[in-house]
Amino acid sequence: MKIHEYQAKQIFARYGIPVPKGEPAFSVAEAEAAAQRLIEATGIPVVVVKAQIHAGGRGKGGGVKVAKGGVADARALAEKILGMQLITVQTGPAGQKVRRLYIEQGLDIDREIYLALTLDRDRRRIAIMASREGGMDIEQVAHDTPEKIHTLHVDPVIGLAPYQARKLGYALGLGAKEQMRQFTKLLDGLYKCFLAEDCSLVEINPLVVTKKGDIVALDGKVTFDDNAEIRHPEWADLRDADEEDPVELEAKKVGISYVSLDGDIGCLVNGAGLAMGTMDIILHYGGKPANFLDVGGGASKEQVKKAFQMILRSDKVKGIFVNIFGGIMRCDVVAEGVVAATKELGLSVPLVVRLEGTNVEAGKKILDESGLKIESASSMGDGAQKIVAAVKQGAAA
Amino acid sequence: MSILVNKDTRVVIQGITGEYGSQHARACLAYGTKVVAGVTPGRGGQRFEDKVPLYDTVEDAVKKEGADVSCIFVPPAGAADAIVEAADAGCRLVICITEGIPVLDMVKVRRYLEGKPTRLIGPNCPGIITPEECKIGIMPGHIHKKGHIGVLSKSGTLTYEAVGQLTALGVGQSSCVGIGGDPVAGMDFIDVLELFNEDPDTHGVIMIGEIGGGAEQKAAAWIKANMKKPVAALIAGRAAPPGKRMGHAGAIISGGKGTAAEKIEALEDAGVKVAPTPADMASTLMSLMK
Ligand SMILES: Nc1ncnc2c1ncn2[C@@H]1O[C@H](COP(=O)(O)OP(=O)(O)O)[C@@H](O)[C@H]1O
Ligand SMILES: [Mg+2]
Repeated sequence: MKIHEYQAKQIFARYGIPVPKGEPAFSVAEAEAAAQRLIEATGIPVVVVKAQIHAGGRGKGGGVKVAKGGVADARALAEKILGMQLITVQTGPAGQKVRRLYIEQGLDIDREIYLALTLDRDRRRIAIMASREGGMDIEQVAHDTPEKIHTLHVDPVIGLAPYQARKLGYALGLGAKEQMRQFTKLLDGLYKCFLAEDCSLVEINPLVVTKKGDIVALDGKVTFDDNAEIRHPEWADLRDADEEDPVELEAKKVGISYVSLDGDIGCLVNGAGLAMGTMDIILHYGGKPANFLDVGGGASKEQVKKAFQMILRSDKVKGIFVNIFGGIMRCDVVAEGVVAATKELGLSVPLVVRLEGTNVEAGKKILDESGLKIESASSMGDGAQKIVAAVKQGAAA
Repeated sequence: MSILVNKDTRVVIQGITGEYGSQHARACLAYGTKVVAGVTPGRGGQRFEDKVPLYDTVEDAVKKEGADVSCIFVPPAGAADAIVEAADAGCRLVICITEGIPVLDMVKVRRYLEGKPTRLIGPNCPGIITPEECKIGIMPGHIHKKGHIGVLSKSGTLTYEAVGQLTALGVGQSSCVGIGGDPVAGMDFIDVLELFNEDPDTHGVIMIGEIGGGAEQKAAAWIKANMKKPVAALIAGRAAPPGKRMGHAGAIISGGKGTAAEKIEALEDAGVKVAPTPADMASTLMSLMK
């Protein structure tokens, strides 16, 4: 789960990580008032208006603007950015609508550093990565000159060792006494934050050294480990439904994992691996999957029904492939769910069903007696070929 | 023969009285697995289904019933603790079925197991089966058949798919191991391949991987240098978009790394034959087995 920059910075502040003064704003009026308060508090007429979307690369996309002319200037920028369709390298070509702003004190930047904490799954450790070449071109740096990125791994028994933090500080050119003190304190806070908040990624790009020589987190990107939601009830308030696919969100609520894709063959499958495999085999036979959908191992009739309805409701879906290898999943439960869903919404596209495993005969019987036009498949390969052919035929007709 | 478990394996099930745990404990017992104990704190002295003795701790189950392998159905919040308890009680093998354990818990657990004799399979996996001898986990027993093919996989349902295909061809399995789909887990592909390589009764292997991380690439390098037996593979997720988690916590292409293409290339370079679709896993292996 991702959160916004301003939320990340609020969390950082709790761990003693210096961030600029700032306030979120949901309207132009709020943005104006926030700019007013900031300018009064800091005595500096410069504020930055920052679009709050979950994707990065906002600066290059025109979503981060400096207002040098005081409140009126900030208001004008807020008017421009709020509501815009912001396109960045991370949003994809459709972009993301800006619904929230962050109004922040403008800082005098001496230099920009890259700093990130993430899980290195191959080493099974938290990795800390940093580079002197921070700022908006870090992807390029990582690609062209990976040696400019310093990495260290943290042993969970010892935690972040002070010497490791110092070593990284020296590598980043922060050897001066006061800067080193600030940097090691910040890194310690960030590591504690990563653990306590169950993050899977914390990225500060840029971490800046100000003209005065202070170290401040100027950006903040935080992703949480979805599995840890069980011990973080507070995440519910941090979630921004506007940033998520509504269908994926609905699926999650009923315990189904769903990802929208851009093809036209809907898939209903049990198990994540088989669900991926089903997409792959559709692609192999010349079709295009409309979604990844795993109803889970022990789905109920209600869940199957919900899942099937989600597929049916999408108007891009021109055919549906149900592929079940019932381990724990009972085929009769799947069949009941499918029939119940079509009773409410009807079925106007071809449906191919492959059932294998527990209670397969009972499942087939339920489908046969439903009166629905269902083509049954003898194997996964057979089913994929049948649905691809049916959709092609539908398109030709 | 087989790897890791056989008819003499004595299993303790942690979380045996929960809904999920009891359902699968029953299926394991029905398959013939020696489930010798269950552990549910507070239920020590009682019995599961009038048969299996319950204990408060894994240590008691090991001492009193001689359990050597533990299977865990404990919910995510307590699962890491359950793994540590099983290791401390001296279980040689711990199989964790639980899905949804916070990844930082697993980072600590893996560190804790370093240097200890306990092996961990999973979490977020279907378990392990040696057909007609011992089933530990949630896989449907009836699709398996005793034989000489080893199966190892990150995905439960794709394992069943592979096993179903083998059995339909009349080809049996030595052991089938689900290593799970989490980013930080216990035994990886190489750990299991080493065992299959040394097992005289395993004549060929099907390895099922998926997008995300670098375990398949590392396994490919290991196979190239060490594997004496034919290997067929499948990589799930060719059609998956980058940056999206595909069900499994670990199944995500991030920063352009961990793509299916990259993994397939590494495997083919190692002499592994990669099945063109998930429907061809068994036939791909059999084409190497003549
Ligand atoms: N408070 C600020 N004061 C001065 N410059 C800023 C401030 N916030 C951002 N910037 C500048 O804008 C750039 C882009 O902002 P950032 O928050 O990193 O967004 P993104 O990473 O999405 O492009 C930064 O690299 C920095 O140079
Ligand atoms: Mg940035």
